[in-house]
Amino acid sequence: MTETLLSVRDLKVHFPIGKGLLAGAKGVVKAVDGISFDLKPGETLGIVGESGCGKSTLGRAILRLAKPTDGTVVWLGKDFFTLDKASLRKARRELQIIFQDPLASLDPRMTVGAIIARPLKTFHPELSRAQVDARVKEAMAQVGLAPEMMRRYPHEFSGGQCQRIGIARAMILRPKLIVCDEPVSALDVSIQAQIINLLRKLQRELGLSLLFISHNLSVVRHISHRVMVLYLGKVMELSERDAFYANPMHPYSKALISAIPLPDPKAERARERVMLQGDLPSPLNPPKGCRFCTRCPMAQEVCHSTEPPLSPRSDGRLVACHFV
Amino acid sequence: MPSTRTSADVAARQAAAPILSARDLTVDFKLEHGWVRAVDGVSFDVRRGEVLGIVGESGSGKSQILMAAMGLTAVNGRCSGSVTLEGQEILNASPEQLDKVRGSAMSMIFQDPMTSLNPYMRVVDQLTEVLVAHQGKSKAEAVDIAVEMLERVRIPDARRRISLYPHEFSGGMRQRVMIAMALLCRPRLLFADEPTTALDVTVQAQILDLLNGLVRELNAAVVIVTHDLGVIARLCDRVIVLYGGRIMEEAAIDALFETPRHPYSQGLLAATPRLDDDTAHDLRTIKGTPRALAGQTAGCPFAPRCDRRIERCTAETPALQRLASGRAAACHLVTS
Repeated sequence: MTETLLSVRDLKVHFPIGKGLLAGAKGVVKAVDGISFDLKPGETLGIVGESGCGKSTLGRAILRLAKPTDGTVVWLGKDFFTLDKASLRKARRELQIIFQDPLASLDPRMTVGAIIARPLKTFHPELSRAQVDARVKEAMAQVGLAPEMMRRYPHEFSGGQCQRIGIARAMILRPKLIVCDEPVSALDVSIQAQIINLLRKLQRELGLSLLFISHNLSVVRHISHRVMVLYLGKVMELSERDAFYANPMHPYSKALISAIPLPDPKAERARERVMLQGDLPSPLNPPKGCRFCTRCPMAQEVCHSTEPPLSPRSDGRLVACHFV
Repeated sequence: MPSTRTSADVAARQAAAPILSARDLTVDFKLEHGWVRAVDGVSFDVRRGEVLGIVGESGSGKSQILMAAMGLTAVNGRCSGSVTLEGQEILNASPEQLDKVRGSAMSMIFQDPMTSLNPYMRVVDQLTEVLVAHQGKSKAEAVDIAVEMLERVRIPDARRRISLYPHEFSGGMRQRVMIAMALLCRPRLLFADEPTTALDVTVQAQILDLLNGLVRELNAAVVIVTHDLGVIARLCDRVIVLYGGRIMEEAAIDALFETPRHPYSQGLLAATPRLDDDTAHDLRTIKGTPRALAGQTAGCPFAPRCDRRIERCTAETPALQRLASGRAAACHLVTS
């Protein structure tokens, strides 16, 4: 058994929705509602689901960018939520994030060199300018940016290059884990492929772990070792990648995979499709019982009353469904 | 749904007169540093019952083709060439002329239903406006037709929901309202600009299904612009691959997906992650970045990124050559 890098247990992030000063809280959005998983060093976990499923909030809560309501996040054996300030600061160097919108996540008034150097200067003020410059150049080379671009500004770069800058900024502290929040969703297909290959290379060569958050299941398939499917804040299925794509078990996983339009017209015409009815229910008021029951083609009475536990199946995957 | 997508069917349909014809359509924009070309000499036809896809990456000019045809080019833009709707010139037509055809003979579905519906108007007023204006219906008649159309795009409880405001609908439901609005006057030509890009994948599947059924039923001509080859594969009969404002390749969809001829089409297909390809190897990439602005230099716009480039590619712009079975490609290396 390899040691566990990150261990998330029953993590909850609830947002109160206010109705104004006097009326008090109107309700609570349970964006993440009891999620548990482990991540090994060098492993990529793909986190998939539609809008409102809590995938981004989960990533942010692990980094403590969103305030968790309950649960634990254990990082290399230490409880991340009870760490004192100094230890938290130290641990944070090892966890980085890259964002969806490559240009919006870069300060337009800073040069590319300064943006990439910023985390290093924050955590290692003792380094000389020459040392910082050397590390910046190293990070830029890792992500395929020419060092002479250091003195230029973000607006001079294309979306794909801005995402490389964001990755270099995450890499410069030599982290163990990078949370990638929809890192290729805003990019053109030809650029998306470049960034996926870059992340695969960094992971392979440096043994990085990635939490790869995406709504695009074809992209997730190309980068993940395991896949976790979320629906309204809960895990529906957690499985090894190949087993998942060959035979998705949860009805929601089946529907997600079957909804992807394939870039293959003959396969498209031949396909049997699991078509879901309706839209996602409001996360403010999720259905009782199984959250997926209102759209599930297999739903029975029990699904409307009892929430199915996330339980292991013969091949080791976890599925939350009464009928699988 | 009858299969209308083989080369033979496409060839047969080509005999009919086109509803929409674009000839040498060029769109330029005046920016701070001068004029830039977004669309560079694009020609195509669309016929009744045909779904034409235009696929391309950002800056390829794909949306500007639709905007030019709809007379919606931004004020700093200038269009030249010709676009005819059933033989009548509509490019640079006066607002009065366009008002006669927009919303009735031709209509458009936009990408973002929230910003293209008026947030201050109830859905019922937005839907009936077009019927009252174009078809002289009374308000009561128009409401009945609108409710019926909302039912056809599968909005439950349409009679009640029609009185709601756009923000009271979910994203998928708003896009259904947009589709209903575009189809109200039974247009003979429908444009759709990334109609499902803003939607979740399960909702996208519903909307694509709905669109497919409705356009086949109406027997309209449809032009869909998207960056998603999956959407093209699901909906279209014929496809145009656009790069740097120019047509790189045009073919029936089976032909394009099975035997792409242009190096850009080949690269685009290979770079698209699939559910059935090999994950042990890296994805194929196209080096460099999409060209932001078209028509600035001589030669093929794709030449700077093409790994099969020869000297001629940067000196001389390849013309779109007609090949066998109704396809065409613009590449010096592709010959029939």
